[in-house]
Amino acid sequence: MMAFVHRFFDTSKLINLVLNISLLLLAVGAALLVGAVMIWLMDADPVKAYQALYEGAFGTTNSRAETLVKATPLLFVGIGICVAFRGGVVNVGGEGQMIIGALAAVWVALSFDTVPRFLENIPIHDFPHIFIVTASLLAGFLAGAAWGGIAGVLKAYFGVNEILSTIMLNQIALQLMNYLLNGVLLDPDQKDRVNRIPKTARIQDYAKLPRLEWFSDTPTRLHAGLIIGLALAVVVYILLWRTTLGYRIRAVGQSNRASRYAGINVKRQVLNAILISGGCAGLAGAVQVLGLQYRMQTDGSAAGFTGNAGFNGIVAALFGGLHPIGTIPASVFFGALLIGAQSIQREVQVPASLITTLNGLVVIFVVSSQIFIKRLTKRRASVPPQPTTPKSVPALQEEPTQ
Amino acid sequence: MITDIIKASVAASAIRLATPYIFASLGETFGQRSGVLNLGVDGIMLLGAFAAYYAVFETGNLLLGVLAALIVGMLLGLAMAFISVTLQAEQGISGIGVYLFGLGLSELLFQKTVSTPTPIEGFPRINFPVLTDLPVLGEIFFHHNLLVYVAFALVPISSFILNRTTFGLQIRAVGQNPEAADAMGISVARVRYMTVMIGGALAGLAGASLSIALLNIFQSNLTAGQGFIAVALVYFGAWRPYWVMGGALLFSTVNALQLQVKTIENALGINVPSEFAVMAPYVVTIITLIFASKRVEQPTALTKPFERGES
Repeated sequence: MMAFVHRFFDTSKLINLVLNISLLLLAVGAALLVGAVMIWLMDADPVKAYQALYEGAFGTTNSRAETLVKATPLLFVGIGICVAFRGGVVNVGGEGQMIIGALAAVWVALSFDTVPRFLENIPIHDFPHIFIVTASLLAGFLAGAAWGGIAGVLKAYFGVNEILSTIMLNQIALQLMNYLLNGVLLDPDQKDRVNRIPKTARIQDYAKLPRLEWFSDTPTRLHAGLIIGLALAVVVYILLWRTTLGYRIRAVGQSNRASRYAGINVKRQVLNAILISGGCAGLAGAVQVLGLQYRMQTDGSAAGFTGNAGFNGIVAALFGGLHPIGTIPASVFFGALLIGAQSIQREVQVPASLITTLNGLVVIFVVSSQIFIKRLTKRRASVPPQPTTPKSVPALQEEPTQ
Repeated sequence: MITDIIKASVAASAIRLATPYIFASLGETFGQRSGVLNLGVDGIMLLGAFAAYYAVFETGNLLLGVLAALIVGMLLGLAMAFISVTLQAEQGISGIGVYLFGLGLSELLFQKTVSTPTPIEGFPRINFPVLTDLPVLGEIFFHHNLLVYVAFALVPISSFILNRTTFGLQIRAVGQNPEAADAMGISVARVRYMTVMIGGALAGLAGASLSIALLNIFQSNLTAGQGFIAVALVYFGAWRPYWVMGGALLFSTVNALQLQVKTIENALGINVPSEFAVMAPYVVTIITLIFASKRVEQPTALTKPFERGES
């Protein structure tokens, strides 16, 4: 009888969703509470601090725009992380993939130092602009995918743990950036100077992503990258839950062995997951260059370019329930935290690194709370099993390959 | 002649710079042998480095600094053990959480206390009678600070513990086949808590070796990712202390060479972009991992939480 009811009213799925969301909110609430205690221990007023954070992130049109600007790379990286983690691949190489994506995008953008004649002849409004931006974005996606793909091939065909390889690849990407920005990609204006600043030339106007002028009357830095990110979230959602490819990726993430029995090529799906994931991170880098910075510059560290988005994107994806659509509000939330952190520092003299600490706690709390979902699902074992119900974090534990 | 001096000083600083890697990756070896991957080593190193630095900054007592680092490391190890053993959280991701936590908190505390990177008086170099005065060898082997010798001494000790003691046997049993270990009456959770706490303490000490023995300073993100390398070195060294030490020496040699890249370039007349020198050990590690993963068995239960009654 119960089985019959459940076939028509999928209450189990709904309960799971509510459960997941409340646990996520609880995890973030707990992290903010710990943050409040820390602020209090530093002799500052937690209420005032969080007020400053909120005002700093949402108080004015410009701060709202800055929050969204900060959220944009987190969104791209986070969407990619959803695909990777759903496929059972722990991609912590977002930093490196962002850098490589940005390098490729800026390279393509700079190579159009004039608009080629054939582009101007096509009778579509603003076609050269559209073409060059699209080509640069595509280059960013492909380069990021290729960089992730190295770790994918190493994992799928050589059994190298992807956590390790992506960490190594982050460092290699960083050095590659430092090398290229001091060399072939160096701004010609800097070449003859004694103290060169390692940065590229500025990209031309027709290679820039447009700013979103409708957002406010006064100019802000909000750019079309956000719109692309939102569209990507929808595309990846459809890919994961409405296509065979997505079904296979998720199946492999849920159970290696079961997928193999079902005739899925596990190795290829592992590779697919990290290719898409790397591509999204590559886009994050490309969008930073084409929409915001208009050039690439390095201070010698990875965070100097990425702003740690490669790691914070993981936090956003986890808070978004490893769902591309959920990652949208999650990215805005963490973008707001990062922007608001600066006001906390200004208003109540608590260093902005507080937010990094809280991000760490959010990750720990979210991952740790999964056991409660597991326990509760087990308790309701009398309910018919729902093999298609996605768990918030799929089984990432590696199963023996043979 | 000049190249001899360079060789000696590169070898000497390679041995010195291996210290944090050896501490951290030996500790990680214990955890991984018992089946727990702690990816938060870098974060623990940072907090350990700060604790040691701050203790020495305030009191000038070096042993107090070491103690502070050990305690902070052990507490974070305890937290990591609770997360990964009791709460059975996914270890790779929770490690990233611990890393971000350590990165943020160490900077936060530093900003609130010392705030400007102020050099401190760290562990002095030891002068051995006769030995230190030996030509070349004296500089390479007998003119380091105490923590360098402690680190290298820990290699045979760790190897002995893992291979020749009951505790080591328990660690390996829990990492290879937790069900069987459990059936034999070994508490899987207790062993894992202990190894992860040992790992945490040694990661803290690794941080201390940077802040109060090698660099004698603290600043934001002092470790610059060395903790992640330490994790990789455990795979690199196939979970064996001596091999892990070899990997640590490989990395530190490249680091040492890189410090002297200009001198070497002038002496040998070659020109290698420094970026490629920095990149080299990472590339080597990846290549080694390719071969290592084919030949060497990792602890079967690595990253797998244990729960009674689950197969």
